[in-house]
Amino acid sequence: MSIMPPSRRLWWKEPIHGIEMIWIILALLWCLVLFMWMPYWHLYGKQNLSNESYKTPPEVFESKANAMAKAHTVRTDAKSSIPVVHPPAGSDVYLLGRLWQWWPILELEKNKSYRLHISSLDWQHGFSLQPTNINLQILPGYETVVTITPDQSGEFAIVCNEYCGVGHHTMLGKIFVK
Amino acid sequence: MAAKMFRQCPDTGLFFHKSAESLMKAHAVFGVVYLLLGGALGLLVALTRMPTLHILSAENFYLALSIHGTAILIFWIIFFEMAVLYFASSTLLRTRPAAPGIGWIGFLLMVAGSTLTMVAFLRGNSSVMFTSYVPMPAEPIFYLGLILFAVGALIGCFIFLATLVVAKQEKTYDGSIPLVTFGALTATIIAIFTIASGAVILIPTLLWSLGFINHIDPLMYRTIWWALGHSSQQINVAAHVSIWYAIAAILFGAKPMSEKVSRTAFLLYILFLQLASAHHILADPGVSSTWKVFNTSYAMYLAVLASMIHGLTVPGCIEVAQRKKGFNNGLFEWLRKAPWANPVFSSMFISLIVFGFIGGITGVVMGTEQINLIIHNTIFVPGHFHATVAVGTTMAFMAITFFLIPVLFRRALIWPNVCKWQPYIFGGGMLILILFLLGAGTLGVPRRHWDINFSDAALQFQFAGTAVTMMGIAGLGGLLAAVGGALFCLIAVGSLVFGKRLDPGASLFSSFGFPMAASCYTIDQPGKLGLAPIEQAGDGGAQAKGTFVLALVFLAAFVIYFFINAKYLSSIWPMG
Repeated sequence: MSIMPPSRRLWWKEPIHGIEMIWIILALLWCLVLFMWMPYWHLYGKQNLSNESYKTPPEVFESKANAMAKAHTVRTDAKSSIPVVHPPAGSDVYLLGRLWQWWPILELEKNKSYRLHISSLDWQHGFSLQPTNINLQILPGYETVVTITPDQSGEFAIVCNEYCGVGHHTMLGKIFVK
Repeated sequence: MAAKMFRQCPDTGLFFHKSAESLMKAHAVFGVVYLLLGGALGLLVALTRMPTLHILSAENFYLALSIHGTAILIFWIIFFEMAVLYFASSTLLRTRPAAPGIGWIGFLLMVAGSTLTMVAFLRGNSSVMFTSYVPMPAEPIFYLGLILFAVGALIGCFIFLATLVVAKQEKTYDGSIPLVTFGALTATIIAIFTIASGAVILIPTLLWSLGFINHIDPLMYRTIWWALGHSSQQINVAAHVSIWYAIAAILFGAKPMSEKVSRTAFLLYILFLQLASAHHILADPGVSSTWKVFNTSYAMYLAVLASMIHGLTVPGCIEVAQRKKGFNNGLFEWLRKAPWANPVFSSMFISLIVFGFIGGITGVVMGTEQINLIIHNTIFVPGHFHATVAVGTTMAFMAITFFLIPVLFRRALIWPNVCKWQPYIFGGGMLILILFLLGAGTLGVPRRHWDINFSDAALQFQFAGTAVTMMGIAGLGGLLAAVGGALFCLIAVGSLVFGKRLDPGASLFSSFGFPMAASCYTIDQPGKLGLAPIEQAGDGGAQAKGTFVLALVFLAAFVIYFFINAKYLSSIWPMG
C-alpha cells in the first residue's frame, strides 16, 4: 500500500523484480542513446547552432545593419517600404528585429553560405523561418551569428514567434532565395 | 484543554485533523476557482486561434492568454498542491499539522498575491504572458503579486516539513513514511528550490519595474526564470505521480512493486531537476552547445528515466493487485476489468497514459539540442505542455477531487452519470487539441500568435492549408475540453452545495473551508499507523506482464518518433 509505511522496515534491501530491472536497463540505454545523439549530430549532422554570439549594444548592431543595407540594396519593397538587400555570397549579413518588423528584406543565392547576424533592438523576438521551419530566440543586446546555406529557392517568411506586444502578429520578414 | 480534533472517514478509514482539513478545503476550493477562471479564458484563446472564428481582438487575446497561462500553470496547480501536501502529511501520517495558524497566513498571502496579479492583468498593462520576459514591462503589482503568492506557498512547504517532524517526534507512524508522502516530500523540496529561483529573478525585476534598477539582462532573466518556470512543473510531476500511487493504493489496494525503485525514481527528480529548465534556452545565443548538451541531459537523462520507471511501476502495481483479485486471463484482463466507469480511476489512468505517451515523448524530443531548432516557440510547445499539465497534472488532480468530495467534504457527488463521462469528455477534447497543436507546430505555426493569416501585416505569408485546418480542429478539441472542464467545476461546486450530506453533523457552511460541526470530531489521537501488511507468495512483481508489453510499445513509439524528427531536422537548410 503506497499510502502506508513500507511493509518491510528494511525496504531498501529488498531485491528488484526481473521486469522492473529489465525495464530500467532498457530505459537507461535509450537515455544514453538520446544523449549520444546530440554530440553525434554536432560531428555528422548538417543542422547545428553555432556557438558564435556577441554582446552587442542595439545601436551598434543597427549601424552595422544600416551599413550593409546601404551598400547592397537592390530595390525597395513597395508596400512595406523595406529595402531589399542582395549581399555578396559568403558575406556577413545583418538582420534586425524591432517592434514590429524584421529589417531588411534579404535576397540570397541558392547553395551559397552566408554568415547571418541577428539581433533585436528592443524586446525579445523569435526568428522563425517558414516554411523551412528554423526557429531561433533573438535577444536584445545579444548578436547571434549562424552560417546558413539555403538549399531551396523561393520566397521565405520570417515569422516572429516570441510574443512581443500587441503588434506581434504583424511582424513578418522576408528572405528571397534565387 | 485536550479537545478531540480528529475524525475518521467511515468509508476509507482515513483520519482527518480538524485544522488540516480546513486548510485542505480552503486551498482546494481556491484552486478550483482558478481552474474555472483559467479554463474559461482558455476556451476563448482556443476559439480565437481557430482561423474561422477568431473571436477576440488582438489586445484581448494576449490578455486572455496571459491570464490563462498564469491562472492554470501557477495558481490552480499550486493551490491544489498545497491541499495535497496537507493530505499527504497530516492525513496519511495521522498527525496534527504543525502551526495551522501560520498555514492560514500562507494561504492568505497566496490569495492576496494571486488577486493582485489578476488585478494587474485586468488593468490592461500587464499582458506579458506567464513568462514576462524582460525587457517587456508589466506593472509592479504584477511581480509583487507573484512574489507574495510564492511566499505564501513557501510557508505551506515549510509547514509540510514541520508536520513530518511532528509526526516523527510524536511517533504517529511506524517505519518509514509512505511512498505517497515521500513523493509529496520530493515535490516540496523541488518547490522550495523553485520558489527560491523565483525570488532571485522576480525581486530584481520588481525593482526594475519600479525604476530602482535600470537593466535586467534578458539571457540571465530567461536562465533563472526557467528555474522557476519549468521546475514548478516538476513539482506537478512529483505531485501527480504521488497521486497516481495514492489512487492505485486506494482503489486497488496496490502496493509498489518495489519501494526502493519507486523512491529512487522520486529522488532522481530532485537530482536531475534542471534538465527541463535548460531546455528553454536551447535556441538562445550566449550559451554554448556544450552547456546546452550537458545541462539538458546531465549526460544520461535520469529524470526521464525516473518518469519511465513510474510509468512502469504505477500500472504495474495495479496489474499485480488486479491479478491477485482473479483478473488473471491473458495479458490485459486486469486492464479491461478495471473500473472504467469510476472517474477516480478513468481520470487517473488517462492522466498516466497521455502524460507518458504524448507529454513525455514530445518533451524529450523537443528538448534535444538540435531538434529544438524545428520546434522552439512553435505551437508544438503548448501541445506538449497541455499533455503534461492539462491532462497529466490536472486530470490527476481531478481524479483525487472525485475521491475527496465524499471523503474530505462528506458530500455525495451529484450527477453520477455525468461524473462517469466527464473524464472522457475532458480527456478526449484535450487529446484532440494536443494532437492537432503538435501537428500544426510541426508545420511551423507559432505559439502566442493572434493571426497566422497575417492580415494586418505589411508583408504577406500563407501557412500551408493543412496547418490552418489543424488549428481549426484543435479549436474544436479545445471547445470539447472546455465542456469537460466546465462539467468538472459544476460537479465539484454543485456537490459541495447540493450534494447529499454524508455526515449528519455537517452544516452547509462546513463545505467551504470551515471544519464540520464539532460533534464529528470524536477522536483524540488515532492509533499508531502500522506497516503495510506483508504480501505472501513473492509479492508478484514478476506478474506485471501486460504492463511490460505496454512499456515496450511506449519505448518503440518513443524511438520511432525521435528518429522521425531527426529525419525532419535533416531536411531543413544546412546551418552551423
